[in-house]
Amino acid sequence: MQLVFVTEQVLNGLLVGAYYLLIALGLSLIFALGGIVNLAHGGFYAIGAYLAVVLAPHIGFGGAFVVSPIVVGVLGIAVERLLFRRFYRSDPILSLLLTFGLAMVIEQGLRIVFGAAPLPFSIPPELRGQVFVGDFIYPRYRLVMLAVAVAAVTATWAIVYRTSFGRVVRAGVQNPDVVGALGISLAPYMTAIAALGVGLAGLAGVLLAPIAGVHPAMGAEILTAAFVVVVIGGLGSFWGVIAAAALVGVVRGVTIYVNPSWGEASMYMLMALVLLVRPRGLLGERILKFE
Amino acid sequence: MTSSLSRRALIKGGAGSALIAGVGMPAIVHAQADAIRIGHLTPITGFLGPLGEYAVMGVKLAAEEINASGGVMGHKIELVMEDSVNPQTASAKAERLIERDKVAMIIGEISSASGLAIGQVANRLKTVFINTGCNSDALRGASCNPYMFHIEGANSMYVMAVGQYLLRENMVKGKKWYSLTADYAFGHDLLKVAKKFMEANGGQFAADELVPTDATDFSPYLLKIRQARPDLVVSNLAGNQITNFLKQYSEYGLAFPVAGFGFDTVVAWGAGKGNFSGIWPLVWHHLVDTPSSKKYVDAFQKKYGKLPDNQSWGDYNSLKIVAQSMNEIKSPDPQKLAEHLRKGAKFDVMKAREAYFRPYDNQMVMEMYAVRAKEPAKMKDQWDIYDALGTVPGPSEDLESIAPPKDGSCKIG
Repeated sequence: MQLVFVTEQVLNGLLVGAYYLLIALGLSLIFALGGIVNLAHGGFYAIGAYLAVVLAPHIGFGGAFVVSPIVVGVLGIAVERLLFRRFYRSDPILSLLLTFGLAMVIEQGLRIVFGAAPLPFSIPPELRGQVFVGDFIYPRYRLVMLAVAVAAVTATWAIVYRTSFGRVVRAGVQNPDVVGALGISLAPYMTAIAALGVGLAGLAGVLLAPIAGVHPAMGAEILTAAFVVVVIGGLGSFWGVIAAAALVGVVRGVTIYVNPSWGEASMYMLMALVLLVRPRGLLGERILKFE
Repeated sequence: MTSSLSRRALIKGGAGSALIAGVGMPAIVHAQADAIRIGHLTPITGFLGPLGEYAVMGVKLAAEEINASGGVMGHKIELVMEDSVNPQTASAKAERLIERDKVAMIIGEISSASGLAIGQVANRLKTVFINTGCNSDALRGASCNPYMFHIEGANSMYVMAVGQYLLRENMVKGKKWYSLTADYAFGHDLLKVAKKFMEANGGQFAADELVPTDATDFSPYLLKIRQARPDLVVSNLAGNQITNFLKQYSEYGLAFPVAGFGFDTVVAWGAGKGNFSGIWPLVWHHLVDTPSSKKYVDAFQKKYGKLPDNQSWGDYNSLKIVAQSMNEIKSPDPQKLAEHLRKGAKFDVMKAREAYFRPYDNQMVMEMYAVRAKEPAKMKDQWDIYDALGTVPGPSEDLESIAPPKDGSCKIG
């Protein structure tokens, strides 16, 4: 009896891992490839959600699902060209301050335009409902989220590890000077990575808008959890983030089963444990410029 | 002809009174030339920000109406508004409002923790503070003081309001409740009161669980609820937590009836179609059918293009009460204002019966309401989310019957 319930929490935790993966993937990408600690990640996530709310009545949820991440990605290009670009080689504290300020600008901007109250938004009727496997319950919408998360991860992995584009980016992470000496300008590559990372934040925003409150501070709400996942997974590690997201989902679910008030604390305890044993995170790589 | 006469009379009268006052007390004449400043201190950012925004809309509308109808003793009201942020900041800003900005009194706050901090400053500096959004019974009990007044209902009153309907629908006696409680001061206080009510009426907990305020994913809790098969799911959650809970409860398709003991209309408006269910308490809602309530709904809609919520009600009525009181006692003096409010002055707060602050703990004694979520198919628009269930206490019952018990923990009476 008990074991069944714990198993249910574990399986649900894996599903919740898709949720954590979506909010952490873009953050990890910009962190690992650009060296920018993007505290505005939650802000872009919020913009994605607001775009979904604004666009869905006109082009449907499906349309918003395609358009919002692209719009947010284009916003990422502008931010990279105007801001991030100046900070790749400077003290990380400067980019921290920059993105912290950007996060506040986005949150207050949303508040000015849309007000502080949450905006109503629901799961589209065709994606509502639950799937029952034996006695276990899975909302259809979360399964869709899982599918999208898997697709996003696969696409990102293919771009970074299976294309010549990705090869240049990875070389740039290890040694930008040598890449420059080989006659390759890193700038457009970094712009593309920023667009991808920020666009992924927008994608997470669209997908979570139906099941989380859409309000200006929604970005700040998920940012810490996203960071915890990236840190547990390990800096620069692609597979680490995926493992960490699933781990956080499962550990949190089982903790809530045992002691609900420790639910959110469990991921921080997990992070502390992982960092004690592996200071670079689960699958963290040694990256010269971060040492 | 007549109008010109009356205008002249008015000018003469005004000049005469100014002359007399000028001879007698120059300092007051100088003060009279100024506006009367009122401090408004409430969270505009953070997880209570959505409510704070409505608080600001309410108090601004009240100031506008008071000034349009001649102000207080002929002076305009001037609002000095601040974001209270957290207890430390709230305390510092309350002090600054009183000592530097010389406000006559302070209105606002939503977080019980910050409300406590402002109340302490108000007591020390002997300035009236009307709490418009903190529900904790503790503020009316051990932490009460003679300068802190509560237009917001206490947790006990909210529990009684919904409790009456739960009793009527046979949801308490012999039933198993599963409660989710916001893990901070407000939630703990509410859980205590709710538990007392449940036990007194023969119910029991299937489980009562604390939920951290930063939880955004409720799925593990929902699975546990599903496993426990309770007769009623009870929400003691707060702010944005309620929005997330409602959305995901509907996502998981759980069919157990829902009720809540703490609620704000704004968070349910923000949940979205098909996500809102259950029975909930309110200190006021826009469907309350009294002349002053309808007038308020119209004025609010005209100014802001949307419906007023329960939070805006508190801040609007507080300022109206202060203006009315100052006009009656003909002074902005905080001591006199506190005395006046504590003497049982009655106020129209848009409800069927007039309300008053009881001297035992400065809690406003008044009617409360319960609402029931509408079925999605019957909603006319995104604002049309609930039906009024009724008023507690009923017309023949004593208003004080739902107020926090006078257990002697408050020592100001």
